[in-house]
Amino acid sequence: MSDYLVQFNNISKFFGKVIALKDVTMRLKKGEIMCLLGDNGAGKSTLIKTLAGVHKPDEGEIIFEDKKIVFDSPKDALDIGIGTVYQDLALVPLMSVTRNFFMGREPQKGIPFLKTFDVEKANKIAADRMGQIGIDVRDPSQAVGTMSGGERQCLAISRAIYFGAKVLVLDEPTSALGVHQASMVLKYIVKAASEGLAVILITHNVHHAYPVGNSFTVLNRGKSMGTFQKKDISREKLLSMMAGGEELDKLEVELQEMDRIHNKN
Amino acid sequence: MSLKSKSISSKSSLNEDERLKKISPLRVLLNRPELGALGGSILVFIFFGIVAGDTGMFSAYGMLNFLDVSANLGIIAIAAAMLMIGGEFDLSIGSMIGFAGICIAIPAIYWGWPLWMSIVFAFAMAVLVGYFNGIMVVKTGLPSFIVTLAMLFILRGLTLAITRLITGRTQVPGLRVLIEDDPLAWLFATDTFKWLFTWLGSLKLIELRTDGTPLATGIPPSVIWFIALTLFATWILMKTRYGNWIFASGGDKVGATNVGVPVGRVKISLFIGTAVASTIFACIQVLDAGSADTMRGTLKELEAIAAAVVGGCLLTGGYGSAIGAAFGAIIFGTVSMGIFYTDVDTDWFKVFLGAMMLIAVVFNNYIRKKVTESK
Repeated sequence: MSDYLVQFNNISKFFGKVIALKDVTMRLKKGEIMCLLGDNGAGKSTLIKTLAGVHKPDEGEIIFEDKKIVFDSPKDALDIGIGTVYQDLALVPLMSVTRNFFMGREPQKGIPFLKTFDVEKANKIAADRMGQIGIDVRDPSQAVGTMSGGERQCLAISRAIYFGAKVLVLDEPTSALGVHQASMVLKYIVKAASEGLAVILITHNVHHAYPVGNSFTVLNRGKSMGTFQKKDISREKLLSMMAGGEELDKLEVELQEMDRIHNKN
Repeated sequence: MSLKSKSISSKSSLNEDERLKKISPLRVLLNRPELGALGGSILVFIFFGIVAGDTGMFSAYGMLNFLDVSANLGIIAIAAAMLMIGGEFDLSIGSMIGFAGICIAIPAIYWGWPLWMSIVFAFAMAVLVGYFNGIMVVKTGLPSFIVTLAMLFILRGLTLAITRLITGRTQVPGLRVLIEDDPLAWLFATDTFKWLFTWLGSLKLIELRTDGTPLATGIPPSVIWFIALTLFATWILMKTRYGNWIFASGGDKVGATNVGVPVGRVKISLFIGTAVASTIFACIQVLDAGSADTMRGTLKELEAIAAAVVGGCLLTGGYGSAIGAAFGAIIFGTVSMGIFYTDVDTDWFKVFLGAMMLIAVVFNNYIRKKVTESK
């Protein structure tokens, strides 16, 4: 019995001659937040899709709760408890909070062949769940389009957890958000981890990742540059690894500026 | 974690009820897609009440007349609305009406099939056509506008070619004698609540013919179908899992697929729905007229879409209602009949139809912005 809830060992994925991923290894314990950092084109999207069961890895193995797992479809990944929240969130702005929360998995009541969508129960659960993370949904039948970006992100994460995710895979959850909204989402991610979930947080924003992450895996051109515990690596070191050193000077100037803004807030 | 205590607020659930009450009924109503069509219907009734109140338009006979026209349009408008909410169009509705008509008439008249069997055959063909439309759109990813436009021509052409080939004409008369004693045809050809009208007639509350029978003999089958379909479609959309899937498929195809909604199956079933609704329309019309005509249903697809749009359906999908489409159909049906009771030339009806639709689209656009507006 290992300590790890889920292990992705030496995962490789090829598209024809292109090596999209090579020997990427990630191991997560319960309650751990691992940040997967990488610049554009580093292979983050391919890795997410491999974790979510969209792509089958060409090499390597996935071990979940000490059992070797093969995903044939995204549904298999969902069924064992790997919940992926994509960047587009899979939310429909015109539909209500409740209808989005239960989209595709609506609770039903009534007799066979005449089953109805149990709207009251769904409304109650959706409002409760959002309430638990401090988002007061006054009216669960209000359209998701009226919510802020951060609230939408929290709704999508909350939905994944409600439907049994043990491992949360979050694709750039803070990329489109302002500082305030981003911190709201990050707070929720920490809370989810504290309740025993393992979280893989994919981002290119070290400033968002560093405060919440327990460990960091850096991806560069399809290869893992290694996994580091927080105590072993500084924010600056992570940044230079991500950027691959080339644009470091330019970045540094920019980051000093960003830090200044951060501190101001 | 220190964050935990802050983020959980038990207060919110306590406040919930009193907060809910703060939303005024007016606001709830404003958020409903059918609001525009409901208001429009009321305006239309007020208008004709003033202009044509004493002309017999609102006698039992006059009302059944415009309700019949509204109901026929409503039957296809509701199916078109559901498909539009699911994010697709069907331009082959009108051609399907003509095609279904001859699918009933030719086997019954020329092949000697019993009428019920011809009706079943027409519905089977409708399912096939709808399935084909759906599978083409889902598998090729082409816009349904193009796929069903092709179907519009194919079906109309088939209808003409087959009818002329078999009968040498473009019309197939002689169905009326077959309706009696048929186990299925009464569903599309019987006036209901006759006793009520006879009773009202005997009390001299409604107009009578010279022989003493009431002028309006009963509720036409179209109206019963219209009401039943409106209720059924509303129940599906608001109260079932499948209804939620329709909204999801039209609202965001990719997102819906990612959370496990069978988008392809939902869309195919909705295309079958419009073809079946066209066939119901055809059954009622063919059995009422006693004949099938190859040109039946021409342009009906556009009227159905117009009614759905006036009823609050967004052209982009994901939003709308069956009740709205029903009111949209009532507006068009009432105006198209009501105009005969006024001094206005009937040529102006199309102008009205177009103007109504434009106003509705602008209004819907505004509502959508309101609904999706970020805080």
